[in-house]
Amino acid sequence: MLTINNLHVYYGGIHALKGVSLNVNKGEILTIIGSNGAGKSTLLNSISGFLKYKGEIIYKDQKLNFSPNKIVQMGICHVPEGRLVFANLTVEDNLLLGAYLRNDKKGIKEDLEKVYTLFPRLKERQKQLSGTLSGGEQQMLAMGRGLMSSPDIMLLDEPSLGLAPLLVQTVFDIITDIRKMGKTILLVEQNAFKALSIADRAYVLEQGKIIMEGSAKDIANNPSIKEAYLGVKK
Amino acid sequence: MDAYIQGILILSGINLMAVLGLSLLTGFTGLFSFGHAGFMAIGGYTAAAMTVKYHMPFIPALLIGAIAASFVSAIIGALTLKLKGDYFCIATLGFGEATRLILDNVQYFGGARGWPGIPAYTNLTNVVIINIIAIVLLANLIRSKHGRNMIAVREEELASQIAGINVFKYKLISLMISAAYAGIAGGLMAHYMTFLQPKMFALTKSTELTIIVIFGGLGSISGSVLGALVLTSLPEILRAFSNWRLVIYGLAVIIIMITRPEGLMGGYEFTPQSMKKLFSNLKGKRLKSSEGRE
Repeated sequence: MLTINNLHVYYGGIHALKGVSLNVNKGEILTIIGSNGAGKSTLLNSISGFLKYKGEIIYKDQKLNFSPNKIVQMGICHVPEGRLVFANLTVEDNLLLGAYLRNDKKGIKEDLEKVYTLFPRLKERQKQLSGTLSGGEQQMLAMGRGLMSSPDIMLLDEPSLGLAPLLVQTVFDIITDIRKMGKTILLVEQNAFKALSIADRAYVLEQGKIIMEGSAKDIANNPSIKEAYLGVKK
Repeated sequence: MDAYIQGILILSGINLMAVLGLSLLTGFTGLFSFGHAGFMAIGGYTAAAMTVKYHMPFIPALLIGAIAASFVSAIIGALTLKLKGDYFCIATLGFGEATRLILDNVQYFGGARGWPGIPAYTNLTNVVIINIIAIVLLANLIRSKHGRNMIAVREEELASQIAGINVFKYKLISLMISAAYAGIAGGLMAHYMTFLQPKMFALTKSTELTIIVIFGGLGSISGSVLGALVLTSLPEILRAFSNWRLVIYGLAVIIIMITRPEGLMGGYEFTPQSMKKLFSNLKGKRLKSSEGRE
């Protein structure tokens, strides 16, 4: 569904991604794990069109070299790191903003209901200003807002960032629920253990290069990965 | 009306016109500019050229000045709007100063000596009418879909991009409209002073405009109106203090920024509805306090 070939990204003199190639199959949860500064967010930002890159990104047999707003329209939705909700708007307005590019009122209403079923907490706080939500609720809101654009593939950037362990579990449960709705998910995480537990396949990114790929299970059982990312001593 | 007071009101109105434009860019789209005097200069010189050299009537000349400023802003914007935050600010500063220095050397417009003999078309009536039209247009723009997109860009740029708003396009539109307003202000100024000199559009002018917008409150049209009226007339009111007046002016700005960092209006607007709400709130408070006393 989404194929990346030989992707290079530079920040000035820094070579952040050094020839990354990967592909995402329809309906799967694919996770990319890696430490700080490995280039995980850079990868997602290039897919969404925020960065200039060399190489090619192909989505549904079409080369992606459009501006970010066009890319959203094609059904790729990015849930950014750090959530970035509109703090001065209510929860509901934030969700409706997610459907900014859509014109089908009925579909938007249906999707709003779907989001509220998926995140009952958001329904309770419908009219509350989203800046007053807790971190976990803001993460749910950011994901809900993403779903409102009715995407085919969701790019989730560190959804567990700064959340209490209990909430991390909730967020990951919700990710599996979203997959059941027929969405494809590309999940970028530092919390490798959790990410591997819900993913189908995984790539390990280190200093801008993919050093390993395989089923999530195999990667979770790989001794060197265990030591480097899961904190298990030999 | 006293010609002196009329003069202050006209100057306030001219400033207000430029401030309204800057308010759209800074207050509603979140882009700080220190080069709006440059757009005023372009508008002013173009409009004056139209009336003096081509004997055009006043209003079409003003509009041509606005279009010229807007056109230049589109070029500047296309080149610099990709820059983030402070960098854009510095780019506009450079543009403003460059415009002034270029005009210093264009002998066709009198160069640094200035350009006298521009007809005095600006009067209180047409300044007030133009400002009212400008305010109504701006208020409607901000309430439209496009205005809300600009506010979204100000609030969370990345998130609005993710929602599918073409951030660059809206920044550019905002800049172009803003420059057009500044251009009209420049045209009004040229035909009020009947004299133009590049010095009138120095960095201090740009800073003055930005101060007024912040003083009035970012994201509030009524704040900009209030700010322009207060800050343009303040140095005149303070004339009694002679040499100390600019010190007091500075102090007044500092005190307002300390006590009301969100500006005079702080993002609120004077509208019939908001007035009604304010009064009913005050009434409610008075009722409550009188109940407490019983």
